[in-house]
Amino acid sequence: MSGQSTYVPKNAFAKWFESRLPLIGFARNSFVTFPNPRNLNYWWTFGGILAFMLGFQIVTGVVLAMHYTPDSKLAFLSVEHIMRDVNYGWLLRYAHSNGASLFFAAVYIHMLRGLYYGSYKAPREVLWILGVTIYLLMMATGFLGYTLPWGQMSFWGATVITSLFGAIPLVGSTITTWLWGGYAVDNATLNRFYALHYLLPFMIAGVVVLHIWALHVPGSNNPTGIEKKTDKDTLPFHPYFTVKDGFGLVVFLIVFAWFLFYIPNYLGDADNYIEANPLQTPAEIVPEWYYLPYYAILRSIPSKLTGVIALFSAILIFAFLPWLDRSPVKSASYRPLYRIFFWIFVAVVLGLGYIGANRPEGSFVIAGRILTICYFAFFLVVLPLLPFVEKPRPLPASIADAVLGKTAESQRKT
Amino acid sequence: MFALGVALAAPVFAAQSDSSQGGGIGSETHAVPARQSWTFAGPFGKFDPEQLQRGFKVYHDVCSNCHSLKLVAFRDLADPEGPDFSEGQVKALAATYKIEDGPNDAGQMFERPGRPSDHFPWVFANPEAAKAALGAVPPDMSLLAKARTYPRPFPLFLFDAFTQYQETGPDYIVAILNGYTHPGDDHWNLYFPGHTIAMPRPLKDGAVQYTDGAPQTLTQYSRDVAAFLYWAAEPKLDERKQMGMRVIAFLIVFAGLLYFTKRRIWAGVAGH
Repeated sequence: MSGQSTYVPKNAFAKWFESRLPLIGFARNSFVTFPNPRNLNYWWTFGGILAFMLGFQIVTGVVLAMHYTPDSKLAFLSVEHIMRDVNYGWLLRYAHSNGASLFFAAVYIHMLRGLYYGSYKAPREVLWILGVTIYLLMMATGFLGYTLPWGQMSFWGATVITSLFGAIPLVGSTITTWLWGGYAVDNATLNRFYALHYLLPFMIAGVVVLHIWALHVPGSNNPTGIEKKTDKDTLPFHPYFTVKDGFGLVVFLIVFAWFLFYIPNYLGDADNYIEANPLQTPAEIVPEWYYLPYYAILRSIPSKLTGVIALFSAILIFAFLPWLDRSPVKSASYRPLYRIFFWIFVAVVLGLGYIGANRPEGSFVIAGRILTICYFAFFLVVLPLLPFVEKPRPLPASIADAVLGKTAESQRKT
Repeated sequence: MFALGVALAAPVFAAQSDSSQGGGIGSETHAVPARQSWTFAGPFGKFDPEQLQRGFKVYHDVCSNCHSLKLVAFRDLADPEGPDFSEGQVKALAATYKIEDGPNDAGQMFERPGRPSDHFPWVFANPEAAKAALGAVPPDMSLLAKARTYPRPFPLFLFDAFTQYQETGPDYIVAILNGYTHPGDDHWNLYFPGHTIAMPRPLKDGAVQYTDGAPQTLTQYSRDVAAFLYWAAEPKLDERKQMGMRVIAFLIVFAGLLYFTKRRIWAGVAGH
């Protein structure tokens, strides 16, 4: 994807094949000799972790699909059949449900890494927007998947989220009916959600290919935010980053295994172990944890339509980051004020998540509104205006200078 | 039926609750269930077959008069990582139940003695019959211990991820069974949101005869039946935790090897 192919086929078959489809050279250039900035830290291993998690979710999901029944009368029982009677069914199902959560945890770290080091800035705007697209598809997939066990929270979560479209003027109720395949969330809804839940991951995989393609044109950003200039700034992908990513992935898998084997229901909702009952609304309808900040934004706004607009804006605003952030300096390491605002933003999102999990009453309402304003202010006020008041620290001349200079400095200190 | 609404990131701090019996008020405070010590808690947790056998007896003698257990088959009781009854005991137990089968060659439904592969039948023909007899539909007990919980406010729910506290369900069940603290009112419960519970006091000291010498007290019954219900809801717990230990041990060794490989590979790179 970058530069001339340096691959020279060694045997006759490889030569024959390579002249017809240069696949080996392509793979080699992309994942073996590809020059990566030498200073990538462990936050950069989450790209590889996410690729692994997508594959993992597809494999476990396909096997689960062999045992699951998408029928509103049987879905809940078929999940319990998987948990009790299918060989290692409990493992597959807990791996898939916790895998979704860990996938989102990884994607949030990946996004925050991009936000901290300015990875969305030129020349990586398209790469970033493809990432936002993947995130949107992931959210849709996660939501659709959560309805499939057909527990109380599955059913009522699906009801609440699909009802959001009812807020659209004029065509709202038509759209909702169309989404449901009827006049309420029912068997038709479950069937189409199942079909779409199976489809979307492959669309994600397609966009991931574009995402990696767009990544390999300029190459990875790095903690300095300076583009690679010479060979001194880079190291080949293999073995340096295969081993580093591999180590990062295995450490991540330890955390994943902790959830899967010891606290598999920690991130779930007890109500979802009660079969869906359209006649009985749960006391509290709460989405999965990874949607909670957006849920808080939705509920902070008294008007339903405005709330829905705010909800979708809060997600889509990420796509405009490359143009909202006016600073020419990418990395927060050299932006003393931005670094502070970044961590405030992280705290705001966590606060919104906490509020999203609680009943919208009393001080939670006020706090939710204040934090919603803070959330949007970060994008619409802080990012565009900060460069006018912030004085960035001097940038090193090159990645190599930054790395070697740091070492020289630390050697001088000791 | 009552259900605690619960946040997902924060599984148990979300909400107060509601009940179809007309209970729950959001801002009302409730007594917090006491934390029990369970053999199946923690990374080395395992069910205690003797406790599950006693808990089954409580279910069999008391709970099953109203509650179904439809996801559990008689044969499951022979699971060595569960109640570990002998095959003979399971066969004999199954045979005491009448199971509707059919239609036969004449097109008739008929009743036959239960077999180990049958699931526990419900004493009621359908939920409507249960409601007509009892005034409310008793929830199925197969998943009850995972479908009930109580709020774990910040920061407790964060600690729970590290201490592996997953037993909020059985703790809640024990609390409910011990929560009938108004002697004159069999529907008043200290731990039930709204305090008015449809289920009248189900257990008291001496209600079930134990044959293994365990104390025949409400405290003991409630713990035993909560353990049994947790097994019914999570029958693969022993296998899961044992596999987890092996997987995590493997991953830690693997991560260690990768770490040293990484250091070796990067050793020649200046500045790292």
